[in-house]
Amino acid sequence: MKRVKRRYLALEVEVDGAVDSKGLMDAVWGSILKLYGEYGASLAGLSLIEYDAAKKLAVLRTSNASVNMVRTALASMTRIADRSAAVHVLTVSGTIKALRKKLEL
Amino acid sequence: MKRTFVDLHICVDFRDRRQVSRMMGKASKLGYRLVGFAFPPNSSNEDIENVRSICAEAKVDLVSRVDLKPRKPKELIYDLRRLRRRFEVICVCCESKDVARQAAKDRRVDLLNFSAVDLRRRFFDRAEAELASNSLASLEVDVKSLLTSEGVARIRLLSALRRETATAREFHVPIVVSSGVSEEGLMRRPRELAALASLFGLDEVASVEAVSANPLKIVRRNREKLGPRFVAPGIRVIREGKDC
Repeated sequence: MKRVKRRYLALEVEVDGAVDSKGLMDAVWGSILKLYGEYGASLAGLSLIEYDAAKKLAVLRTSNASVNMVRTALASMTRIADRSAAVHVLTVSGTIKALRKKLEL
Repeated sequence: MKRTFVDLHICVDFRDRRQVSRMMGKASKLGYRLVGFAFPPNSSNEDIENVRSICAEAKVDLVSRVDLKPRKPKELIYDLRRLRRRFEVICVCCESKDVARQAAKDRRVDLLNFSAVDLRRRFFDRAEAELASNSLASLEVDVKSLLTSEGVARIRLLSALRRETATAREFHVPIVVSSGVSEEGLMRRPRELAALASLFGLDEVASVEAVSANPLKIVRRNREKLGPRFVAPGIRVIREGKDC
């Protein structure tokens, strides 16, 4: 079976007040479902790798083929847990190690 | 070479210095080098210079822009004669077909913008695209309406945008994607604007050009024309003096 290539996205979450990881992921899934439906969301292979609520930084994993779809869905997010919010993609990488290196620079 | 990203449409009241400063700081942080700021047509040069100084502090280059909303073609021609040499970018918000046609064929118009709320007032069809392709006008798409609408309204808007961008590309009319926002929360990074542009059918290259090369070309062209050394397209003063 062909190996699924993955991509890791470092995100900056801009939101008033604190948001937990569940709130964040619910908003991300909601946005993908709104734009691409259940079929599109099933292709994304999305999972939250880590989330630092204090720094408001998160790392998401998705399939390589769905990076643009996830980027679009993240850009279209305007609310997280009923609060005004924006999510910015800081960088994208093929491995978590390279992602951390890019973030340190 | 590093790409220069441009957001040609930020709408804030220029008298609110704090908000202007916050928006420009955010634009700089998000990676924009040039920011188009919509001034009212009656604003003075002093107002523009005040905003320019705020932008310089935030390390972004200000592009002065005016949004015209004429009701009749004659009104548009009058406004263009009055304002063309005062602003770097002129955008026409086309609210009637006559105005849209006049704006598309007038070489003084840089951007054509259409209502995102009333889709019957989006007049960018093949005839409009053909006129625009023979002049210098580009089609502007504000992503604010995509971010703020949802459900059926967003579906209809996306459908209209997809049709219009396909027509624009067929007739080689440049497409400019701008934010069109008036609050910080709705500002997005250039690559995020490009990603949103993929929703209405622009491929990766075209969508990145819509936030960089296409608006930059408009600004460069107009700055050259407004500069003191411009004589006519292709002719400019290189040197002045007794030995010339």
